[in-house]
Amino acid sequence: MLYRTAGQFKTSYRADQALFPVRQDAFLLGIILIFAWAVLPLTASEFAYQTLLIPVLIYALAALGLNILTGYAGQLSLGTGAFMGVGAYACYKLITIFPEINMAVAVLLSGLFSAAVGVLFGLPSLRIKGFYLAIATLAAQFFLVWLFEKWGWLYNYNASGAIQVPNVEMFGIWVAGPLATSTAQYYFVLGIVTLLTLVAINLTRGSAGRTWKAVRDMDIAAELIGINLMKAKLYAFAISSYIVGVAGALFVFMWRGAAEPNLFDIDLSFRVLFIAIIGGLGSILGNYLGAILIVALPVLLNTVPDALGLTIKSATVEHVNVIIVGCLIIFFLIVEPHGLARLWQLIREKLMLWPFPH
Amino acid sequence: MELLGRIFVDPFADMVGAPDFLLQVIWEGLVSGILYALIALGFVLIFRSSRIFNFAQGIMVVFAALTLVGLHAAGLPAWVAFGGTLVVMFGLAVTIERVVLRPLIGQPDIILFMATIGITLVLVGTGEIIFGGENKVMIARELGIPSGSVELNPWGGFMLMEARDITVVIGAVAMVGALLAFLNYSRMGRAIRALGDDHQAAVSVGISLTTIWVLVWFVAGIIALMTGIAWGSRAGVSFALEIIALKALPVLMLGGLESITGAIVGGLMIGVLEKLFEIYWGQPLLGGSTEAWFAYVLALVVLLFRPQGLFGEKIIERV
Repeated sequence: MLYRTAGQFKTSYRADQALFPVRQDAFLLGIILIFAWAVLPLTASEFAYQTLLIPVLIYALAALGLNILTGYAGQLSLGTGAFMGVGAYACYKLITIFPEINMAVAVLLSGLFSAAVGVLFGLPSLRIKGFYLAIATLAAQFFLVWLFEKWGWLYNYNASGAIQVPNVEMFGIWVAGPLATSTAQYYFVLGIVTLLTLVAINLTRGSAGRTWKAVRDMDIAAELIGINLMKAKLYAFAISSYIVGVAGALFVFMWRGAAEPNLFDIDLSFRVLFIAIIGGLGSILGNYLGAILIVALPVLLNTVPDALGLTIKSATVEHVNVIIVGCLIIFFLIVEPHGLARLWQLIREKLMLWPFPH
Repeated sequence: MELLGRIFVDPFADMVGAPDFLLQVIWEGLVSGILYALIALGFVLIFRSSRIFNFAQGIMVVFAALTLVGLHAAGLPAWVAFGGTLVVMFGLAVTIERVVLRPLIGQPDIILFMATIGITLVLVGTGEIIFGGENKVMIARELGIPSGSVELNPWGGFMLMEARDITVVIGAVAMVGALLAFLNYSRMGRAIRALGDDHQAAVSVGISLTTIWVLVWFVAGIIALMTGIAWGSRAGVSFALEIIALKALPVLMLGGLESITGAIVGGLMIGVLEKLFEIYWGQPLLGGSTEAWFAYVLALVVLLFRPQGLFGEKIIERV
């Protein structure tokens, strides 16, 4: 009843292809946006910002970038962590070389560097396919992390070998560094994530997205109908690495506050990959659902036993968490290979017919 | 010019100048190469028979080694613990087949690959909870692996070979021989190869897919246990092995995903070349620890010229 689409007539192709052909979708998204922009910041505690809200947004953005490459264009990538690192180090260098630069500009620019590196490591995808391609992204993963450690210029030759986020001001408000408040950082991240999500939605439903899907489903067939494979694949690598790079810059500047090279190791790549899989490959919404699940799960596991009066060692909690994530991955692959996003699709279809299904 | 000299002349001058040291480096490389090859062998076996790219092979090595050490620590004699570990690995193979693989028959390759990542996580968590995360000593002496070392004096120089490394090499060669004999001459082995060649045809002549899958995962488990013993006796048993096991991926890619020969040659090549590169180029010129990425970059370069790897079947694509 609430989701009834009867009576919403389309009289032109333009209306049929609009961003929200169903009115309720727009309404629902509006509520979520109001919630994210106004309600949550009013009610969230410092703990909620740091352990839930900010990491969910950042991980979702990284998964969105990976999803464009793996879910839409069908090129498996195991190097997401390293590309996030490129974004983070690029942002650090930009901030230290041009201290006057606007933070938002610096973050958005740093994505360009990881896009360039992504295209470089994407070049083999023209010749190497499927699992063999995973090796190209693994090479990127291990080589780049090694480079972060050995190339002193990247971290300004400081003795610890780690990068420390300085205090950065934007329009008179501290947005990064020890002086920044969580609320300011949350709004900064939310702004960038909203912007890039909008871009990604429009890219994936436009001609670029259709090209990527054709390449994913069968690249030879795509080539035969006139798609330039080189352009399509490299474009996917560029866009994907750009978004991942921006997520990496946010990861360090808006959340962690400092970074060592091994923060970007293969575990990070896998965590982002899991978010994309559990959320749903080839969907935008799924990244958010997956990120919420993966970020909230350890927090839940840490707080629920406490609330019940049980004491479990934190190491055990961590291991149980790993097991649960593993089981969830297997469970979702068996029950619903298209992830959480597909579940929402099913619910939505049911709601449209409710209360009178066929 | 000076830089070119340091890249192209000096390393070779060093090699010729100290041939005994070069031999030592190659020997070290061969030993770790054999271990890479063993892990890769487990991958190839599963890939050939089910087209599953088994990411969990690395953690199976750790898990098998931990079970062995754990059972021995619980008071069982070494060889009983060994048998017990085989039983555990068999149980693992049956469980994986029943719970994970059977519901996923017919899914795209990438789904099965991700399922094995899920298996990896479950095994990591379970292993940590049961056995703890700290480094353990492999029960090498109890299993009859000799300690001590052999000295050689090639060209009047000096070279050291650990007795356990020699045992590992001999053991690995014997195991590969046994595996090849099993695959080529036994009924079950031929069924595995038939499945690898053509699923549909194999099933239609009455080969049971599920039985073979359990068998293949069990054999991969045995290989994992052997690898675990070999590696554990050199460096102890810990979850750090898992990262090293990732090196089996470039080994596989280099050799070709379907080829057993490829896995062995690829493993030895990567083992030796990464040691040589680290000693003669990495440490003097690049600041060291190049072993972290050399294997992957080497595999990438080879794949650019031969996309199916050195020994892989030619990829024929049809629309």
